[in-house]
Amino acid sequence: MSTVTLSDVRKTYGKTEIIHGVDFDINDQEFVVIVGPSGCGKSTLLRMIAGLETISAGTIQIDDRIVNDLEPMERNIAMVFQNYALYPHMSVYDNMAYSLKIAKLDKSEIRERVERTAALLQLSDYLQRKPRELSGGQRQRVAMGRAIVRKPDVFLFDEPLSNLDAKLRVQMRLEIRKLQRDLRVTSVYVTHDQVEAMTLGDRLMVLNDGYVEQFGTPIELYEKPATRFVADFIGSPSMNILRGTADSGAITLETGVRIPSDTQATNEVDMGIRPEHLVLSDSGCLGMETGMVEQLGSNTLVHGFLTGTRIPLVASLPGVHSERSIGLALNFDVPPHAQHVFDSKTGKRL
Amino acid sequence: MSGMVEKTGKATWLIHLGLIIGIGIVCFPIYLAFIASSVTQAELVRPPMPLLPGDQLVENYSRALFSGINAPVWRMLVNSMVMALGIAIGKIIISLMSAFAIVYFRFPFRALFFWLIFMTLMLPVEVRIVPTYVVVANFGMLNSYTGLILPLIASATATFLFRQFYMTVPDELTEAARVDGASPMRFFLDILLPMSRTNIAALFVILFIYGWNQYLWPLLMTTEPEMNTIVMGIKQMFPSGDDLTDWPLIMATALLAMLPPVLVVIFMQRLFIKGLVDTEK
Repeated sequence: MSTVTLSDVRKTYGKTEIIHGVDFDINDQEFVVIVGPSGCGKSTLLRMIAGLETISAGTIQIDDRIVNDLEPMERNIAMVFQNYALYPHMSVYDNMAYSLKIAKLDKSEIRERVERTAALLQLSDYLQRKPRELSGGQRQRVAMGRAIVRKPDVFLFDEPLSNLDAKLRVQMRLEIRKLQRDLRVTSVYVTHDQVEAMTLGDRLMVLNDGYVEQFGTPIELYEKPATRFVADFIGSPSMNILRGTADSGAITLETGVRIPSDTQATNEVDMGIRPEHLVLSDSGCLGMETGMVEQLGSNTLVHGFLTGTRIPLVASLPGVHSERSIGLALNFDVPPHAQHVFDSKTGKRL
Repeated sequence: MSGMVEKTGKATWLIHLGLIIGIGIVCFPIYLAFIASSVTQAELVRPPMPLLPGDQLVENYSRALFSGINAPVWRMLVNSMVMALGIAIGKIIISLMSAFAIVYFRFPFRALFFWLIFMTLMLPVEVRIVPTYVVVANFGMLNSYTGLILPLIASATATFLFRQFYMTVPDELTEAARVDGASPMRFFLDILLPMSRTNIAALFVILFIYGWNQYLWPLLMTTEPEMNTIVMGIKQMFPSGDDLTDWPLIMATALLAMLPPVLVVIFMQRLFIKGLVDTEK
């Protein structure tokens, strides 16, 4: 089992740099999720770890070895692809055995490993089938099986669940997590789905435009987002972000609304507050014109606008409320301890 | 109701009649050739032309096969078979590999090479036949199988076809193979080749017939009757002077010459159609 270390890793295509100096350490047996919007460079980063993309600058280390110039095979990694990438003309057995055959393992050893892996993934009855005779979930399992039989140092997952339907995705998510725990293999998982990221990862890396915005545990990211981008990206529904000016214990919004705050800053800031942290109060400072109401059972999402503006606001109220019981306007308190204050220029947390 | 059924019945009859007449028209010359190969020369040239098989079938065919006019027909069939198989198999191997190089490897002037290959599509054999002849003659390859096959063995069409096929193979498959530790040749042999098998079958049929039907090139470069291929050999059977044309023998040879392509089509038809219609992804 292994650690992965990236130091100042960069990727340039021609003159455009798309990964701008990424540094991080992944501990042994850790499950790290790289998450970010599409085009942020997360897949590229993963493929650089895999050895499918060249590294323009910096080093990638697996354990003590610098693997920059090694072929994927020599890095001893295994990758699960988004479209499974199963060999269409080979049976499930041959798909899983292929890398072992290339590694010239003993026939009996190959058989034993493939059968054990197939049993682990409940694929034993399908070993003689072709990929096209399998369902989406089964193909996904074969792709994982192909990675597992090799006993790699690192698993790399490139959005492996995005081709599955919602229900299967939840199920496979749990299976992947359980498998990773059981096999204790260091894993890097790329996704754009923040729910997947939050539930799977020991630690999350939020990538935006080729920069690492934050790297930490899911709860750290949720409770203490380091940047406005992370605050906005993590959490569903996303955090409300309001622009204003901070001075002496309060933030004054552009509409003139004053919100009491703990912040020491005295410049233009973006104040974030999660929908579930808005406290309903008749004397609350934050006014909202209500619009759509979504009843989720355990809580109710109220969508609307900051009074007198078109700035969207979302509040999450515990329990069941109807459009009629809520009325046209609501007032909220914004508890200072739940506020996230970011510099409006740099987007950094203050 | 019954009226409609009757009408449909009549229409079907009419259609079938039309089709039968059509088939009759297409098959009649072949039938005539068959009749002509089963009678004696004297019976054939005496009007009216016979329309029913005669009793010389076995004699004519064995005469054609084992003695022929310039060379025994079995010899020419073997020559044609070697040439057609050589061209078909050679073309497939070469174009599989050159398409592999063009699609999967980045090397200097890759695009240039592709367009050079592509441009040769526009040049038929006839255009380059004189220079080709000189080259082959200087290499001393006249009257040899190598000389028959080699100049025709490169195929832009097949290269182009395989290139198009490879480009539809998902990149992730290539990457998966790389992660699995497959070398490029290993990937080619274990993954690309089996995936292209229906395309290979379709191309084999087309190229076999192409090779079998070559006329001008064997005519130019085989001067010994022993090296004649069957398609050009038929032409060579016509006497140049005032000799009598041995029609029964020539007809028997013509029918024998048609047989191998027909058999290839019949036996590979299933794969052939599959190759043209769908590709397995």
